[in-house]
Amino acid sequence: MKDQRWILPEGIEEVAPPRAHELEVLRRELVDLYATWGYRLIMPPMVEYLESLLVGSARDLDLDTVKFVDQVSGRMMGIRADMTPQAARIDAHHFHTDAPVRLCYLGTVLHARPDAFGGTRSPLQVGCELYGHDGADSDAEIITLMLATLRATGINDYFVDLGHVGIFRGLARHAGLDTVSEAALFDMLQRKARPEMSDYLQGRVTPGNAKMLLALVELNGAASMLEEAAEVLAEAGDEARAALAELQELARMLSRDNPDVNFHYDLAELRGYQYQTGVVYAALVPGVGREVARGGRYNEIGRVFGRARPATGFSADLKTLMVAGSRLNSVENVPIYAPADSDPELRERIAQLRASGESVLRALPGQHGGAAETGCRRQLVRSASGWQVVDL
Amino acid sequence: MLTIALSKGRIFKETLPLLAAAGINPAEDPETSRKLILPTNLDDVQLLIVRASDVPTYVQWGAADLGVAGKDVLMEHGGDGLYEPIDLKIAKCKLMVAGPVGFKGPAHGRLRVASKFVNSTRAHYAAKGQQVDVIKLYGSMELAPLVGLSDVIVDVVDTGNTLRANGLEPMEHIAEISSRLIVNRAAMKMKHARIKAFMALVEAAVA
Repeated sequence: MKDQRWILPEGIEEVAPPRAHELEVLRRELVDLYATWGYRLIMPPMVEYLESLLVGSARDLDLDTVKFVDQVSGRMMGIRADMTPQAARIDAHHFHTDAPVRLCYLGTVLHARPDAFGGTRSPLQVGCELYGHDGADSDAEIITLMLATLRATGINDYFVDLGHVGIFRGLARHAGLDTVSEAALFDMLQRKARPEMSDYLQGRVTPGNAKMLLALVELNGAASMLEEAAEVLAEAGDEARAALAELQELARMLSRDNPDVNFHYDLAELRGYQYQTGVVYAALVPGVGREVARGGRYNEIGRVFGRARPATGFSADLKTLMVAGSRLNSVENVPIYAPADSDPELRERIAQLRASGESVLRALPGQHGGAAETGCRRQLVRSASGWQVVDL
Repeated sequence: MLTIALSKGRIFKETLPLLAAAGINPAEDPETSRKLILPTNLDDVQLLIVRASDVPTYVQWGAADLGVAGKDVLMEHGGDGLYEPIDLKIAKCKLMVAGPVGFKGPAHGRLRVASKFVNSTRAHYAAKGQQVDVIKLYGSMELAPLVGLSDVIVDVVDTGNTLRANGLEPMEHIAEISSRLIVNRAAMKMKHARIKAFMALVEAAVA
């Protein structure tokens, strides 16, 4: 046990040089990118009272949140597992306006359990949220910003998958399913387990409704599929039909704004079903068997804070994006080696170099290793005309 | 490239005709070849030979686009990140509770259940409202009740011959098992046309 002190808990990782620097450069670029779109940075706290961290959200988020008792108030606190509810709280409480509010954030979150892929428990979450507008225009803006994020991280070959939770939700209501059977059916639909669904629906709903619910499994493909869906779901009731119309409008907008991007529509895809209220989407990258960014509309989340504002947003794990991206980041500034010499001229020269943005590593008297061992490729050498930078 | 994960033995044998219907024939026989990646008659299709219980893992992580896995394995695995669109109706059997002939329950204390399907076992007894002790084994489950390691077992039963030969009998039916075609979520979207065409051929062959 003693020799394993250095081991980090499962799913917890650190970032060492030079990757840490690359990550930081990327972080700055993204915050700058979001600023050019008018998204303002927020820095929510690492811990909060549990009831505000878990508002309007899914049971999964509850299980994913690490909790403890606040010694000061005696109330339960949690370490954030997702920054979206925090952004919603800030929108509802900080901005007293009905105008749209655009926020971006970037920070570490903690998951109590590793995800199904045995991946990280401490993603570096980055995301943007748009509050105060309900409609395809704000969804299209957020999706386009998500794509800009991917390109900024060097991901150029990607694929976007979109769905709408209102279609299944509306159909389930139209068919008169109770919450238990809706949940069971939802689980089967997520696995596209058509044979199971077919058995389950037998006798539970009318044949017409069963046919439409089963059709969701097959309704996926390019935007042209949505027209076929409109025919198949002609009798699906107002709620599902309105949701489909919303998705069609968004599809038109997206293909107009991003003619080169591959958009794929899947009516059985219901990510975050428990708290999403409209369009949902994810970005996928070839060779990565899972989504790298995801988002959607969640209009009800602000209600517990007193203001149910329309909301849409995306988020991603910056570390995942960096691995999936092939971007050659600006390498760290390779330092210049300065000898341990008390010459005031040297001190002046070092200050000059540093002011011009160079990195200078000053040797310490009696240190082990010289310029090469400390990773320098240039050094300061005394010459007739003063201290000169020369290659090693 | 389309990569399909399969396990050797019964599933492989019964999947072959379905693959053939989709125009795919392995270039080698896994029972004689030592290769773990089998090429096929199609340049852009390869088969991975893996352990049955590893098939969902390969497909989930995207190391294989498609796979053939028993429902027993999928129930145990959880099936996160996977689609299971087609029931291939092959390698059929039943997941059952079995115990010594005439067994009526433990004299005292909790029921002890030996199984390699620990998650499915827990879920089954939890649904019945019964708390049990689950003992994880990797094989030869039938032995456990004979030597007093457990009271009953949960295992897949085909003919029931192994049970009878060891003085056991089926007690409860948990689920009907057959093999499913499973698909990686990302692959289903990114290789949409190729996979959909493959699935249509396989589905026609099943029916």
